[in-house]
Amino acid sequence: MEANTHFPDPSQVREELIQRYPTKVAKKRAKSIIVNDPQIIPEVQANVRTVPGIITQRGCSYAGCKGVVLGPTRDIVNIVHGPIGCSFYAWMTRRNQTRPESLEDANFIPYCFSTDMQEENIVFGGEKKLKQAIQEAYDLFHPKSIAIFSTCPVGLIGDDVHAASREMKEKLGDCNVFGFSCEGYRGVSQSAGHHIANNGVFKHMVGRDNTPSEGKFKLNLLGEYNIGGDAFEIERIFEKAGLTLISSFSGNSTVKQLENSHMADLNVIQCHRSINYMGDMMETKYGIPWMKVSFVGAESSAKSLRKIAEYFGDEELKAKVEAVIAEEMPKVKAIIDEILPRTKGKTAMLFVGGSRAHHYQDLFTELGMTTVAAGYEFAHRDDYEGREVLPNIKIDADSKNIEELKVVADPELYNPRKTEAELEALKEKGLEINGYEGMMKQMTKKSLVVDDLSHYESEKLIEIYKPDIFCAGIKEKYVVQKMGVPLKQLHSYDYGGPYTGFEGAVNFYKDIDRMVNNPVWKLIKAPWEKAGNGAALEATYVTQ
Amino acid sequence: MKHAKTATQNACKLCNPLGACLAFRGIENCVPFLHGSQGCATYIRRYLISHYKEPIDIASSNFHEESAVFGGSHNLQVGLKNVTAQYKPEVIGIATTCLSETIGDDVPMILREYTKTYRNGTPMPIMIHASTPSYQGSHIDGFHAAVRATVVTLAEKGERQNLVNMFPNMVSPADLRYLKEIFTDFRLPCMLLPDYSQTMDGGPWGEYHRIPPGGTPASAIANAGKATASIEFTSTLAASKSAAGYLEEAFGVPRHQLSLPIGIKESDKFFDLLETLTEQPRPEKYEDERRRLVDAYADGHKYVFEKKVILYGEEDLVVAMTAFLREIGMMPVLCASGGKSGQLKQRLIELIPDLEEQGIKVREGVDFMDIEDEAKILKPDFLIGNSKGYTMSRKNNIPLLRIGFPIHDRFGGQRAHHIGYRGTQELFDRIVNTVIEQRQNASSIGYTYM
Repeated sequence: MEANTHFPDPSQVREELIQRYPTKVAKKRAKSIIVNDPQIIPEVQANVRTVPGIITQRGCSYAGCKGVVLGPTRDIVNIVHGPIGCSFYAWMTRRNQTRPESLEDANFIPYCFSTDMQEENIVFGGEKKLKQAIQEAYDLFHPKSIAIFSTCPVGLIGDDVHAASREMKEKLGDCNVFGFSCEGYRGVSQSAGHHIANNGVFKHMVGRDNTPSEGKFKLNLLGEYNIGGDAFEIERIFEKAGLTLISSFSGNSTVKQLENSHMADLNVIQCHRSINYMGDMMETKYGIPWMKVSFVGAESSAKSLRKIAEYFGDEELKAKVEAVIAEEMPKVKAIIDEILPRTKGKTAMLFVGGSRAHHYQDLFTELGMTTVAAGYEFAHRDDYEGREVLPNIKIDADSKNIEELKVVADPELYNPRKTEAELEALKEKGLEINGYEGMMKQMTKKSLVVDDLSHYESEKLIEIYKPDIFCAGIKEKYVVQKMGVPLKQLHSYDYGGPYTGFEGAVNFYKDIDRMVNNPVWKLIKAPWEKAGNGAALEATYVTQ
Repeated sequence: MKHAKTATQNACKLCNPLGACLAFRGIENCVPFLHGSQGCATYIRRYLISHYKEPIDIASSNFHEESAVFGGSHNLQVGLKNVTAQYKPEVIGIATTCLSETIGDDVPMILREYTKTYRNGTPMPIMIHASTPSYQGSHIDGFHAAVRATVVTLAEKGERQNLVNMFPNMVSPADLRYLKEIFTDFRLPCMLLPDYSQTMDGGPWGEYHRIPPGGTPASAIANAGKATASIEFTSTLAASKSAAGYLEEAFGVPRHQLSLPIGIKESDKFFDLLETLTEQPRPEKYEDERRRLVDAYADGHKYVFEKKVILYGEEDLVVAMTAFLREIGMMPVLCASGGKSGQLKQRLIELIPDLEEQGIKVREGVDFMDIEDEAKILKPDFLIGNSKGYTMSRKNNIPLLRIGFPIHDRFGGQRAHHIGYRGTQELFDRIVNTVIEQRQNASSIGYTYM
């Protein structure tokens, strides 16, 4: 792939990006701006603090915990303990969808619960108000579960959300109440919040319901939040293939499913960054192996289905999976054949998430487009370089502050789904069990990898690379489009989707075609069209 | 359903620092800066952008665990230095968050220390500090706090000039452009603050901008103390919290407080004031606008008369809209706000003395659950307010007319007019069309003329 793609001289690009920074900042940023080589995989500095005043796209621990992981749950009343803003800003902004079985079934996603802390609560403490809020939510809805999320001031004024939750759980009797210490200042980004959420869900939910469930091939789908209906499409495919989904974490999930999830025989992980802790903890405690999959992209979906069938090792299942792929693929192929001539050879940049910047590259590859630069907002080194670097990651003060649960095998429920020998055999067949190879092995040589791209750097990269499309979020969207480059939102999908599975891939192809081939961009004169830019950085793009 | 009162369910207000960031965006060459966790800057950016569809950079001091424990002085200073180096701003507008306020960071002292340390090396932007803890008030309080802090920092004493300060409140970029047009037409020099008409609703960039063009220059704000008058559109803002109040107290600039000019009567008051200040009649263009509006009222009265409305939003917007709705014979059965100045009812009574006899209910400090409970009893013909009422509108099958902020489920919220004859005309047309559309959809005949 590399030979046919001409990139600007990446080391010059790197220089360009950092020259405006003060020396100390420049030195730090240089470690996060890396020229890729898929053969040797250079080290990327990631999951380190953003320098104050460098405008980041990162969010906070609360955003990762409540916004990302617990937000998509349907029947947990999520109460935000703090001043009003935090709850308001996470109120349905992530477009998580859910499908209650009937109109009577609980669905709290459209609600925004907050203790709306006032000055007197800051001065005299807010625990009393919190307990009242829990009581009121209980009286009103009788939910199975209530979760409490701490915002910045809560930790400082010393409110103990865990004690308050325990007290209310005992008092209410039939409602599982638990808290999260996900104050916004913890950790370096929303990533800390994911970890805190994993710990809480594992401690307070998983394993509470040991009812064995029907189904021959039982699995959980981890790290799928059902944005724009993504989980619905995966559920459709699973059902067709004869796979039984016990629980998703956490799009379109229910309390009952999450509590019963340890009865599954396999965990497949979609978003590695936000949920890998859960995979590891369930492995240790219950003996359920996990496997990295991706249902972003038609080819990747097919590949993931085959991997799952291989794991279960059942010939009938394998045949069924092949039948599903054979039925779905022609529809996808028909659309690709139509669109490809218009998208082939174009370039994309992806700076988003902790997994999306990796997986969406597959969809662009299917469209004949090249990813010239990519990076994550809040990922760790293992998401870039692969999990083999885990032992070498230095644990800094920020990571140390996030609780690492001590998990041991459950004396009664631990049941290794595969023997060591079986796992070895699967590995020999190319199945990566409990592993993830990361983003960089898949990217071309000399493509640029940038972690925690700042607002300033994104403008610089666009100026240098002039990509045909830039993928990020709403914060970047309108500044990128002011420069005449379309921006595809990969958090909210520009209010479209689903983009997973076979039907999702078709949606994505059509959306990208509409964006990159839209006549409106001809009306916008990009800044680089005005003056002669540095010739050394000019380049042409040729894809095979 | 009687719902609980301790907690807030589906809030009808946003947080204090959001308003401050928007106001700072209305100063030329200014970078808004939040002293607190980076999450606040990220959330507020994404929220403002969803309404304005424009980029907005907000810097942050990126608090971490030890800054939360030992104070944020170091982070604030590093942040200011980096923002200065990258963006070369003329002004940095610093707003606090609940985090820095809770730990009690003395921001003015930190800024003095910063200035002393770096005065001789780094170029020093003007630093404005507004105290905006999110556990007090709502977004509108942060907006006013930032405007006042800006004037307090920049306004200078001097000889009176032919100049009027205009403090428009949190209106749309389209409203701001209209105000500028009015002042230009009156040939009256005006210091409009804030002015985000271009920064939050601008064109594509033919060249790169670190900070989007537009906004009121600091040099113009410096003249605020020399103006002959200040006009502020608010019904509920205390002098002690208002920029105009400060200018009156510190520099003797007379403060003229008007309600947001929505409807003919309130718009008349504004134009009358401009006539008084300039000692000349309003330009014919505005007479025409007014005449067209009166004519439209006459043409459309039959559609809107006695229609029942639930109105919600910032208190000042609710007061102004109530005046307008009564003027066209509509019945605001509930005037509600998430704000809690304690003045909403009193201001409404001043407009409509027999408010209670007319059956107009007033509630402040409410959330959407409260409003929904009321809606079930009051059975309004439609709702008027921001996008956040949509869930309630859908659930109860009551049409929603979107005004104010935030509007993120319709296109062009930043270009909606609300104030003056022109804004009122647009609102009136939209209201009439909402009624017509509803009637047309409900009719089994399929009328093609309505």
